[in-house]
Amino acid sequence: MSSDKMDADKIIGGVPSPLRRKLLLGMAALPAVALLPRGALAQALPTDAVNTTKLAVTDGTVKVGILHSTTGTMAISETGSVQAEKLAIAQINEMGGVLGRKIEVIQEDGASDWPTFAEKARKLLVEDKVAAVFGCWTSASRKAVLPVFEQYNGMLYYPTFYEGLEQSKNVIYTGQEATQQILAGLDWVSKEKKAKTFFLIGSDYIWPRTSNKIARKHIEMHGQKVVGEEYFPLGHTQFNSVINKIKLTKPDVIYASVVGGSNVAFYKQLKAAGIDLNKQTLMTISVTEDEMLGIGGENIAGAYACMKYFQSLKNPNNEKFVAAFKKMWGGESVIGDVTQAAYLGPWLWKLTAEKAKSFDIDKIAAASPGIEFTGAPEGYVRIHENHHLWSKTRVGRARTDGQFDMVYETADLIEPNPFPKGYQ
Amino acid sequence: MGARVTGVPIMFEGYSLAELGSIFAMQGFAGLILFSVFVLMALGLAIIFGQMGVINMAHGEFMILGAYVTYLCSTFISNYAPALFPVYFFIAMALAFIASGALGMLVEWGMIRFLYRRPLDTLLATWGLSLILQQVFRSVFGAREVGVVLPDWLMGSVAVTDTIEVPINGLFVMALTMAITIVIYAVMFRSRWGQGVRAVMQNRVMAGAVGINTEKVDRYTFGLGCGIAGVAGSAFTMIGSTGPTSGQLYIVDTFLVVVFGGAQSLIGTIASAFTISQAQSTMEFFLSGSTAKVLTLLTVVVILMLRPQGLFVLKVRR
Repeated sequence: MSSDKMDADKIIGGVPSPLRRKLLLGMAALPAVALLPRGALAQALPTDAVNTTKLAVTDGTVKVGILHSTTGTMAISETGSVQAEKLAIAQINEMGGVLGRKIEVIQEDGASDWPTFAEKARKLLVEDKVAAVFGCWTSASRKAVLPVFEQYNGMLYYPTFYEGLEQSKNVIYTGQEATQQILAGLDWVSKEKKAKTFFLIGSDYIWPRTSNKIARKHIEMHGQKVVGEEYFPLGHTQFNSVINKIKLTKPDVIYASVVGGSNVAFYKQLKAAGIDLNKQTLMTISVTEDEMLGIGGENIAGAYACMKYFQSLKNPNNEKFVAAFKKMWGGESVIGDVTQAAYLGPWLWKLTAEKAKSFDIDKIAAASPGIEFTGAPEGYVRIHENHHLWSKTRVGRARTDGQFDMVYETADLIEPNPFPKGYQ
Repeated sequence: MGARVTGVPIMFEGYSLAELGSIFAMQGFAGLILFSVFVLMALGLAIIFGQMGVINMAHGEFMILGAYVTYLCSTFISNYAPALFPVYFFIAMALAFIASGALGMLVEWGMIRFLYRRPLDTLLATWGLSLILQQVFRSVFGAREVGVVLPDWLMGSVAVTDTIEVPINGLFVMALTMAITIVIYAVMFRSRWGQGVRAVMQNRVMAGAVGINTEKVDRYTFGLGCGIAGVAGSAFTMIGSTGPTSGQLYIVDTFLVVVFGGAQSLIGTIASAFTISQAQSTMEFFLSGSTAKVLTLLTVVVILMLRPQGLFVLKVRR
């Protein structure tokens, strides 16, 4: 409206006609009438009422933060999450925002450095007073910001599938925790491929180790056998020795949780060593469409991935989501599991704020359990008491074009169980 | 049962001698391939660090420049000249050499030549350069890794016998390493120019006094080292990833090989690559991956404590 007023001043120029000025001003105010419904909603929910804790909420806007690495080694993975979150926010704003208020984004760069994540989280919460933060990717970055969110009472929507063993009032985990992702996949491969022996291989840090611990327990509980368990430092590029070990132990299933640049080396060297993934069953929990770009479809075709989302899922929500994503970020872009989970964050927050009729962190945290999102690209999801999502688990088979064919999906939503008994 | 398969007896239970024989043969090849990779990584740095005394922290980024050139080449040729695709890799390696070499000479001219008397400052300067290059790659090619499509004949393996399979790309790297090593040897030790390089390295002032254009020698030597890094990066698209920060994956191993070998000796570099690769690949087979790495590094540290100058030392009168 202020810009309209300025235009009016300009038109009038130097002519001092009070009547004309009044008329023009009146006309300039006209666009405001069109905005009335939103204004009305904001009036029905006055800022004092929806924001009792001095968050950055005005009559027309609400500020949120996006906190991912856009530089450094993790930028490779986190870029997709940033894109998905911005898409969701743009779509929500198009629909009129949250509680009648447009979302304004403050984006910070965690720079792939965990202390930087903590510092930026503090900045978003203390200086910017954002109502919610969508961000983090690695467990290390989440662990670094968690104390900050708990101390300053912020709300974090965390998109990555992760190892579990965590639960916080201040975090909503929109990706799967380990048991959700692992158990159904193992059951499927045991049944479908009659697998008796497994070779576990992963990068050497908390997520693969915890995941494999759960996988090993599950495998051994069912009378099957782990014939090898190997970890390699992050960034390791030479897998020929372990590939020989795999040839020696002849496992029914190679169970892989190798991440980052190592992934590319691992699959290229598997292929070069003559291991045909159409004959040797390989199941991975760490390769999404994003990683496939670097690995090259021809090097991993035939492998199975166990996730909750694939870009190729056929349902109306997903078709709309994929089209909108490509329209916003280019036709070449691919969407992996985490990217989809990141897209859920802003939507879940909007639904929660509308249920709570408030932006207050405590009310959002309390209102979160039971929130249902029917528009999720992966299909219906619901927030559990433990702040994780009920979601389905799916198995996809890698194609040469870098996409997956879904070959299995669980019949029901799987309950998130971040502290699994008997698996620790 | 809970026990990890690391002990030898459990591991080899129930295998015939023939099967074990083939596994060991393949393991031997794995070691040789790792050796070739190490030599290829380290040759460029051995020239720059060993001969010139420049601690080039951006070595990995020069490699990745070569990898990106290969990526561009593969995309370009598969779109515009698909008939050439089976042999594009050779074109790509040549272009990678030129691109990295040219950038190397530019960097030498714009930055390094002011720092020859301050070796520790080259460390900081080239580290900064590596950060700049990473961000340039990220801005130009995107933060995600790119997939370099390889001609079919390079992927897959040769069956030597029924049970012994050797990866073709490994053999390719071995052949390439051998070829480059021979060329470097010829250039450094059998050519007039190489003699100039060695003279400048041994005594800059005297070399200048007898009429060697030391600035020119420096520029070309640095360019050569970077060019070789580019070729190595191009070759590594076969076995590793191509992303803005992939260069970081190689830098530690590269320095390890060069320092362990004795910084000024090319033979030392080769010997040290052989020792480290064999140790690592054997231990990786019998122990777990991370443990193997730890033990390798520990061994290197202990040997360097006993012999700080590295395995081989060039005798020079100072």
